[in-house]
Amino acid sequence: MEETHEIVLTVNGTHRTARAPARRLLSDLLRHDLGLTGTHVGCEHGVCGCCTVLLDGAPVRSCLMLAVTAAGHEITTVEGLAAPDGTPSPVQRAFRECHGLQCGFCTPGFLCTVTALLRDTPRPTEEQVLDGIAGNLCRCTGYQNIVRSVHRAAELLSEREGGA
Amino acid sequence: MGTRVFGEPVQRREDARLVTGQGRFLDDLGQNALAAAFVRSPHAHARILDIDVSGALDIDGLVAVYTWEDLPGRVGEPLPLLIPHPTLTHGRTGYPLARDTVRHVGEPVAMVVARDRYLAEDAAERIRVDYEPLPAVVGIENAARADRLVHDDVPGNVAAVLRQENGDAAAAIAAAPHVLEFRLAIERSASMPLEGRGVYARWDADDGSLRVYSSTQASTSVRAAIAARLGLPNGKVEVVAPDVGGGFGVKIVHPWPEEVLVPWAARLLDRELKWTEDRREHFVAAAHERGQLQDVRVGFDDAGRILGLDVRILHDHGAYTPYGIIIPIVTSTQLLGPYKIGAYRAEVTSLYTNTVIVTPYRGAGRPQGVFCMERTMDRVARHLGLDRAGVRAANLIQPDEFPYDQGLTFQDGRPLIYDSGDYPELLRKARDLIGWDGFEAERAAAASDGRRIGIGLGIYVEGTGVGPYEGGHVEIDTAGRVHVSTGLTSQGQGHETAFAQIAAAELGVPLGDVRVTTGDTRRFGYAVGTFASRAAVMSGNAIALACRKVRAKALRIAGEALEADPSDLEITDGVVHVRGDATSAVPLRTVAVLSNPLRYAFDEEAAAATQFAVGRPSEEAPVAPGDEPGLEGRDYYSPVRSTFAAGAHAAIVEVDPETAEITILRYGVVHDCGRLINPMVVEGQIHGGVAQGVGGALYERMVYDASGQLLNASFMDFLMPYATEIPKIETDHLETPSPLNPLGIKGAGEAGVIPVSAVIASAVEDAEGLRVDAMPLSPDALYTLRRRAEHDPALRTE
Repeated sequence: MEETHEIVLTVNGTHRTARAPARRLLSDLLRHDLGLTGTHVGCEHGVCGCCTVLLDGAPVRSCLMLAVTAAGHEITTVEGLAAPDGTPSPVQRAFRECHGLQCGFCTPGFLCTVTALLRDTPRPTEEQVLDGIAGNLCRCTGYQNIVRSVHRAAELLSEREGGA
Repeated sequence: MGTRVFGEPVQRREDARLVTGQGRFLDDLGQNALAAAFVRSPHAHARILDIDVSGALDIDGLVAVYTWEDLPGRVGEPLPLLIPHPTLTHGRTGYPLARDTVRHVGEPVAMVVARDRYLAEDAAERIRVDYEPLPAVVGIENAARADRLVHDDVPGNVAAVLRQENGDAAAAIAAAPHVLEFRLAIERSASMPLEGRGVYARWDADDGSLRVYSSTQASTSVRAAIAARLGLPNGKVEVVAPDVGGGFGVKIVHPWPEEVLVPWAARLLDRELKWTEDRREHFVAAAHERGQLQDVRVGFDDAGRILGLDVRILHDHGAYTPYGIIIPIVTSTQLLGPYKIGAYRAEVTSLYTNTVIVTPYRGAGRPQGVFCMERTMDRVARHLGLDRAGVRAANLIQPDEFPYDQGLTFQDGRPLIYDSGDYPELLRKARDLIGWDGFEAERAAAASDGRRIGIGLGIYVEGTGVGPYEGGHVEIDTAGRVHVSTGLTSQGQGHETAFAQIAAAELGVPLGDVRVTTGDTRRFGYAVGTFASRAAVMSGNAIALACRKVRAKALRIAGEALEADPSDLEITDGVVHVRGDATSAVPLRTVAVLSNPLRYAFDEEAAAATQFAVGRPSEEAPVAPGDEPGLEGRDYYSPVRSTFAAGAHAAIVEVDPETAEITILRYGVVHDCGRLINPMVVEGQIHGGVAQGVGGALYERMVYDASGQLLNASFMDFLMPYATEIPKIETDHLETPSPLNPLGIKGAGEAGVIPVSAVIASAVEDAEGLRVDAMPLSPDALYTLRRRAEHDPALRTE
């Protein structure tokens, strides 16, 4: 029997505990042990960005992290981006509005990446947007509507800030 | 029609779940299933001498290991040759697990089943296979030379020789005032969806039935294949395509070895079983496309009109031909594009190599054909010193010449007859969009800054919506919900939205009341599949026809209830009413109740249809002869032949004089797919296609070494474009409706990708003054071309 370790972490604001072998990837822990299948795995070598989640707020490739190393940290997945009442986040709304997704497989990674990007750079230039999403592959959209989505999300966020 | 939804850019209905992580992709299902992993050949060509599984047996959690010898009867037979063709004289397919010989790296040799994927891979790693390596055939020219054979019983490595002929090309070329001869090359790429393949099977022993989920583009045909292999009736096998993370062609192939083996083992073990392809597997065990060498001879007159064209193509088919010779057929027919060619002859030789199989990838042979024709147009123009757009214009089919018969046989076995189009207008719009006429001033301005820019264009015609058929089923329930189903599958094209728009428009119901199911044999059992830009044309029209049946029935029943002539009725927002009189009305949900004469009232609504409530004449049968209970209908759309979409692309590129880096400054697309169901979705399809085209033109290639190892089988090394590599795509539309189908639509799925390599080649050649004959064109390839051209003036265009 393979030795397992107890992993205690916070996922989408909830304390979670799981037992897993040391070699288990964070992406597999999230998907298969915690049932959060919104995080997708597209390459398992850290290039495509589908598996991007936020670790203490910073985007990371969950396929390149061992689950045990996430212990004690705070993870946000695509399931945790909406408001607690289920209202989609401005980034989620913008991707819908601008047709920023087609098959939707890469989308959770983009949503997490863009959420962090706009938190750090609320009014990004075109170049900052391209730079910000240049670590995520999409095979469907040709990126044009993803770029539009990011600008639109920035608008929605600033409206929200303005209204608050 | 009360609700204007057809043709509107409505937001997609599938997005709500996809942006919240609630999609259901293959690997999201079956969380408690056992996992399968495969031992795959590390050799491109080898004989299997022995397989020793003993090392795997003490792995904790191991459930089973299978090799070919374990596969009974039809399970172990070679996979089917899906599309036979008379010229495919030496078609060959692989076994689900290799029998005694492997013919490409990645071919499955053994299947391992274990408690989870980690353990399955542990076990797979400990299975020892003893191989006797055989010489590998890699590369088109090596395959053609045939010093070595991929299949012992296939002489010359030739699977098929396909000829397409219209007129006497040789004589026309011999008599032509000008003749040019040259060779073109296109390398391999691949569909490369971000979700790989995957299969999940559940055997229900009590019911003797199987449910299979597969990340496929053809669930009904996967069902038929599994049923046949496992000896089950179709009715005991259900196949569902869940959310599919991109397909682009690779998932139309079926049954994959894994699609046979996973359901078979699930039944044998009576356990849920799942296999999810990893990225490396996808590189070496799925499919590639595009690799061709083309030898062109063209004869033309002083105005650049093509009098004769003779093309000989060597096509790399990989190790097997499960999908027949569809790509050679498409290349050799669609090569003609929007042009009237005097006499034409194409000969495509399909060659086996010890590499991954070659099956359609978005465009499916068209990008190569268009590359050939458009490079030819540029050559002719340069030779005569004429404007490249002008030479194209001189050869275009004119709007008053439709239907236009190209005199060839298309991929559906039907004549290649273009149904409608306006190619001169496409070209005019593309010239306007990119600023073709004012470009020389732009070039001069750039040159004065030390910058080198060039312009290029390309036109294509795409046969879309190939048969044989698709169907649609529409049911309005007693809550007024409209359930639409069709058998073909979805991989991100927005079918749930587009088909709902069609149904809402046809029925006069709110879009929000329509629910669409695709690719689920439990809901619709007859279908062909999603490929060849056919879903909107085929299922879209089938659903429209089914809606018209349901609408007619609804009007008839409502007419009886309202004591009105059905021809005086219309449906607005889900309510049937007398035209111009909103008070004489009955909602569709009530019509649905009335459509089903009942004995039992299970709720208040249903009570209206029970036998003592309905005041029908006592001599009439409650369900009239020929009628059926329920407010539902089914219909099929089966076209006599394909409908032909078209487009013109143009680009301006900049090349770095020092580093040979190529930058696309502008990219313009003018597109004609007939009537648009949802312009937002169509634009999205174009953007994505262009991006894949840019990948194929500048970055993506499959690099095999001489021994048949794929050297760049990872996303680190196979360079798919990121956002930083894709230019902003400018679009313009033209709408020439198809006269062939009720909705007047043409397909749009593949359009964007088709001419991109041709356009980029044209633009780079224009910028550099060097002949561009091979794609993709990397900076190092361009740099090398510059060095060679210093000593070889034949490589220069001037």
